[in-house]
Amino acid sequence: MNAELAYKKVFGRPESLKDAHTHYCPGCGHSIAHRLVAECLDELGLREKTIGVPPVGCAVLAYNYFNFDMVEAPHGRALAVATGIKRVEPDKFVLTYQGDGDLAAIGTAETIHAANRGEEISTIFINNAIYGMTGGQMAPTTLVGQDATTSPGGRVPKLHGRPIDISRMIAICEGTVYVERCAISSIKNIRRAKKAIKKSFQCQLDGLGFSMVELLSPCPTNWKLTPKDAWAWINDVMVKTYPLGVIKDSTGYEDKK
Amino acid sequence: MRGSHVVGEAAVRAGCRFYAGYPITPQNELPEYLSARMLDVGGTFIQGESEIASINMVLGAAAAGARAMTSSSSPGIALKQEGISYMAGQELPAVVINMMRGGPGLGNIAASAADYFQATRGGGNGDYRTPVLAPAGCQELAELTFVAFDLADKYRTPVMLLGDGLMGQVMEPVVFPDFIDLESLPKKEWALTGCKGREARAIFSMYLGQKGELYYHNLNLQEKYDRITASEQRWETVMTEDAELVVIAYGTAARIAESAIEELREEGMRAGLFRPITLWPFPVAPLRQVAKKCHKVAVFELSLGQMLEDVILSVGERAEIYFYGLPGGIIPTPADVAEFIHSSQKADGKVGRRIEV
Amino acid sequence: MAEQKVKGKIVIDTERCKGCGLCVEVCPNQRIEIADTLNKKGYYPGRFKENPKKGEKGCTGCAQCALVCPEVAIEVYRAK
Repeated sequence: MNAELAYKKVFGRPESLKDAHTHYCPGCGHSIAHRLVAECLDELGLREKTIGVPPVGCAVLAYNYFNFDMVEAPHGRALAVATGIKRVEPDKFVLTYQGDGDLAAIGTAETIHAANRGEEISTIFINNAIYGMTGGQMAPTTLVGQDATTSPGGRVPKLHGRPIDISRMIAICEGTVYVERCAISSIKNIRRAKKAIKKSFQCQLDGLGFSMVELLSPCPTNWKLTPKDAWAWINDVMVKTYPLGVIKDSTGYEDKK
Repeated sequence: MRGSHVVGEAAVRAGCRFYAGYPITPQNELPEYLSARMLDVGGTFIQGESEIASINMVLGAAAAGARAMTSSSSPGIALKQEGISYMAGQELPAVVINMMRGGPGLGNIAASAADYFQATRGGGNGDYRTPVLAPAGCQELAELTFVAFDLADKYRTPVMLLGDGLMGQVMEPVVFPDFIDLESLPKKEWALTGCKGREARAIFSMYLGQKGELYYHNLNLQEKYDRITASEQRWETVMTEDAELVVIAYGTAARIAESAIEELREEGMRAGLFRPITLWPFPVAPLRQVAKKCHKVAVFELSLGQMLEDVILSVGERAEIYFYGLPGGIIPTPADVAEFIHSSQKADGKVGRRIEV
Repeated sequence: MAEQKVKGKIVIDTERCKGCGLCVEVCPNQRIEIADTLNKKGYYPGRFKENPKKGEKGCTGCAQCALVCPEVAIEVYRAK
């Protein structure tokens, strides 16, 4: 170390994240997403009034990593549980953190109706196009041709239907004020994702309605790619089915670039 | 006041400030009543998009510390089992009202009591119990709603209250207990209120650890259920001290049986009634005492024999057991039940049948 | 050998690191490499190449590595 210079810390663990080592795979998008959520909560001073609802999925143990109150929900029901919490404690900050099966398969009804009612909740939707925790089955967001254990040889539209675009579906609801799709697949995308998450949190603070940030997220283990190649797969392949960008924005906020 | 409305008013007075439910006959009057009444007291009413969503909203509200309630009827209660199992594992308090109807499946909308197994044996997964209260009329609907919320909070468990299509619809005079002052209720030190000034709390039912964490959690739950069994049994006896035959019935069936027994007493027959009010914990010891003395019990249910199994477990060979049950929402008259009692007394098998133990 | 004034430095928690290699990819000045010794979990963790050799650029404290680290295993410091 250069003895003459004094250093100040410019990056460290946010307070909304516990010191625990995660069980996530190397290169998993969850860990980065957790950190972005935690950073936004810290920056907005929300940790002590946050109540979160984790999914059933790889992030089922999120309460071991996030440093705020959390309650487990049955698979898919996070937005119904969050609705109950927010209505009873409207001055608390309520968020759900869900995967593609939780939010867009078993939880589809709860997701759409929470959005439709305009519940003042922020939802982080981790879309990794596969069911991670249970070992790589097809998700509603698995791409056509993408291999999964329950669509061996690749997803076939005639047999399996096409990947669902839940973000566009909930954007139709008037109660939804902001939906953006970002990705955890490059420095630029991670920075954009953080801005989107912060904006979604601001929507709740201003009482505007329901907002969601979809994060295309790498799953190196079940995609059978290295973390670096998983990023490339998102950037080159996944965004063709799930293009990044703002899907709905009726917040009226100016976009700070 | 109408039975369904009675439950709603009692819930509000008992401090319930969150209700989520989905319309299903024969309990629609309850959410309809609460859609206005809940707002009067500054609470929340949500018509959830399904019974599943509704129980999960109750889960969330309960986690945040509120007295929360949902209601439905038999097939809708089937949908709620996942949420109830989770809340049992998470030790969250809630009240679930089942205005029973004929089943299985869609069944019919008439009064039936064929959800005894579903309520007392648990339709959800795992080793858990929920206290089950069985009122027998509008006054008891009111009083037991208060009891349900108290039990739920005291033991941190979902509590079920069983009515039926008939009870929900009849109108009877009711004297309500007073409004509970929410501030007077004990604070919930486990509730999620934001972690200001304390460590973050997590409420969950999953224990994946390899050191027997789920095993110990289940033992703790069982210890709680043992405490409830020891302290919270409720039952009523009518004219059992000198009875030669005791009818065992709950809910609407008990009201019909009571009318039959009064007539039979006038004719000189010494019949009595044992009415469980908690179906779980079932009043085993009190029933045994009664059975030992009277030697004949006659189980009457609006089902094909569900409480019957608990009677067999309680009574065993201490008394002869007779059974008469009607599924599918058929309600017999007191005269029909009187014939059953006569038939049991004579052991002639004409109405109902003897149960071999 | 003259020491360069290096603007930034990082500290990698090697027991937390799972060797995903993303930090190596994004460092603009190639200041991180994968170690050849295992950590307790059985991963080859990232290792900070603190002292740049002649012709190499040093760490600037840009924090891109920390931004992409899934394990929050990197702390970044910049010269005051």
